[in-house]
Amino acid sequence: MVNILIISHSFKIAEGTKELAEEMKQADIDIQIAGGTSGGKLGTDADLIRQKLENMDSEDGIVVLADLGSAVMSFNMVKEWLPEAKQKKIKLADAPLVEGAVLGAVEASLGKTLDEVLAAIEKKSIINKNNF
Amino acid sequence: MARKAKELFIKTADIIIENKNYLTELDAAIGDGDHGVNLARGFNKLKEKLKAESFESRSELFKLTAMTLISNVGGASGPLYGTAFLNISKVISENELSLDDLIDISEEAIAGIQKRGKAEAGEKTMLDTIIPAAESLKNSRANNLDLNTALNNCLQAAAEGMENTIEMQATKGRASYLGERSIGHQDPGATSAYLMIKTFIENSLK
Repeated sequence: MVNILIISHSFKIAEGTKELAEEMKQADIDIQIAGGTSGGKLGTDADLIRQKLENMDSEDGIVVLADLGSAVMSFNMVKEWLPEAKQKKIKLADAPLVEGAVLGAVEASLGKTLDEVLAAIEKKSIINKNNF
Repeated sequence: MARKAKELFIKTADIIIENKNYLTELDAAIGDGDHGVNLARGFNKLKEKLKAESFESRSELFKLTAMTLISNVGGASGPLYGTAFLNISKVISENELSLDDLIDISEEAIAGIQKRGKAEAGEKTMLDTIIPAAESLKNSRANNLDLNTALNNCLQAAAEGMENTIEMQATKGRASYLGERSIGHQDPGATSAYLMIKTFIENSLK
């Protein structure tokens, strides 16, 4: 199964997004978070992101959802430090954090492949609020 | 050589820490108001580590600086400056630095920052200080200027670059969310980059 990593500047956003996503999952997938700095402030903790990526099961892939600037930058940086085989199985989604995590949790827990999960959550319609 | 470089990094850390509130005020105007606090946290940690350890090479020193900033800053300037220093650690000479060496170093720093931040000149970022500084070094080489003159010109170019960010509209980073309202404020990243360049240059002039 594809697993999910949520990276946010805010621990509360990361934790709350995980909670929403967990509620929708149809089977046991691993949803992990890296939220805020090591000191509990707003920001990103590159070491924590690295630790999560190293320890999560990436056999079927990991979809990463990130919020702003340094979350994306820190992720891209630590990803480059992983073995190449693992790098290929980790993809940052061009998707909004909350919607991407919720739909991603559904798709991943239905046994979809990494590319299928990404295709689903990267659809532009994911952000529609008036005509959904 | 590594010992002198270590002292230089401790001085740089002191300057950044001294300017913590100034950098944070600049960032509060157009960003999330944590640039000074974040960098000071990273550089305080760096000072601690530098004082506790000794180094065989400049390369080792630059690498430790990179990793410490990456692990402790918490904002975008962590991976940005971190990648710049990491790139420099791969090319820095252990001998007396020549103008050619400085140009190589500045190009590596720019490449590292652009790899992470995907910014170009004119987007109101730290690169608007660093790119003119690097260009100035290249001009000095083209005009066969001596190292001291080249460094003085470089510092001047960095200062002008930093000041030019006041009139720019931010198109990268958190300040870009403000659109036109980002105009009229000096960029905090361009300012921290200037403070670092200034410290490096002023302590290298003979």
